[in-house]
Amino acid sequence: MSVVEAESERLLAAVRALLLEKGITSREEIAERIRITDGGSPAQGARMVARAWVDPQYRALMLADGARAAEAMGIPMRGLPPLGVLEDTPALHHLVVCTLCSCYPRAVLGYPPFWFKSAAYRARAVRDPRGLLSEWGTVLPAEVKLRVVDSTADYRWMVLPLRPAGTDGWSEDALAALVHEGDMVGVSVPSAG
Amino acid sequence: MLAPGTKVRVRNDWPETRGPCHIRTPHYVRGETGVVVRHLGDFPNPEDLAFARPAPILALYHVRFAQPALWGEGMAGDEVVVEIFEPWLEAA
Amino acid sequence: MDKDTPRAMHDLGGVSQFMCDAVETEAHALTDFDREVDAIRQILGVKQVMSVDELRRGIEAIPEGEYHRLSYYQRWIRSIASTLLRKGVIEEGELLAALECC
Repeated sequence: MSVVEAESERLLAAVRALLLEKGITSREEIAERIRITDGGSPAQGARMVARAWVDPQYRALMLADGARAAEAMGIPMRGLPPLGVLEDTPALHHLVVCTLCSCYPRAVLGYPPFWFKSAAYRARAVRDPRGLLSEWGTVLPAEVKLRVVDSTADYRWMVLPLRPAGTDGWSEDALAALVHEGDMVGVSVPSAG
Repeated sequence: MLAPGTKVRVRNDWPETRGPCHIRTPHYVRGETGVVVRHLGDFPNPEDLAFARPAPILALYHVRFAQPALWGEGMAGDEVVVEIFEPWLEAA
Repeated sequence: MDKDTPRAMHDLGGVSQFMCDAVETEAHALTDFDREVDAIRQILGVKQVMSVDELRRGIEAIPEGEYHRLSYYQRWIRSIASTLLRKGVIEEGELLAALECC
């Protein structure tokens, strides 16, 4: 048996011990990195979506340069991959997948959810996307085109979904509360109901 | 630089059958014909980065494929869009 | 039409063996193990000890049966350990010794 096939918790403890011993990192640095990473969450992306729904200028910025739009909301993007934003319209719906691994716009959506990393999601999204959407109860009318975006290289992608009907005059905060993780991946759509 | 709307074919090449490698062009588009959506930017070649080799900067494109044509199933009009580096694209 | 071969085992788009699998849509909480592996990978990236591309290459080198048996972050720690060994950042003897005492 190869040394790296050790049980994972033990392997982590051993790797951590060696990295600490060699001064490559410290316990404090690991804790700080965990804290920073835990700060990324779908609530960040939801704030961007809500702003885009009420502010045409912000929408234009978001579609042109997602990372700058995120920074404009106070989300740190320095050193991170470019963020692409996919604009849904009444005639076009986007669905994001990474068939090769699990590339995900972590700064604005947080850690990728379990399902996004699963073999079933990665396999089905590009071949049976409408069937896959039904797992979330999402049914696209036949006249709406579905565009699956396979995140294979340097970009990270989030979906800017359609603003739900019945939300005229709502505040940005109230709108942001309607937007969930899956809506920004494209497996579901926000609703005011 | 490939202009939006350019018809391209993805190289029908299988480096993974020849030895250790790291490929970001998914298997299901190789040999398939698509259309350039746009140039996304220029990035170091991940096929070299994965081996900590000097990595040339390559143009990266969004390329659109008809989804049913890839699989012989699906709904007409649906699409798959993939990020593909220029060396994987040839004229179609 | 199936396009299952040739391909590398992690290249999962449209692979027929998964087409009938249901997707577990409910949320799964990350464990402390998951968070720490993720954090260490980021730190090694920032410090240019190993890149995300090297992480992926290491994951892709895991035998197929193991790949599907291991959890997401179990694949990561295995790739991190292999990459650090291959690059000589750590040595096999010291890793074995550390495994003994952890």
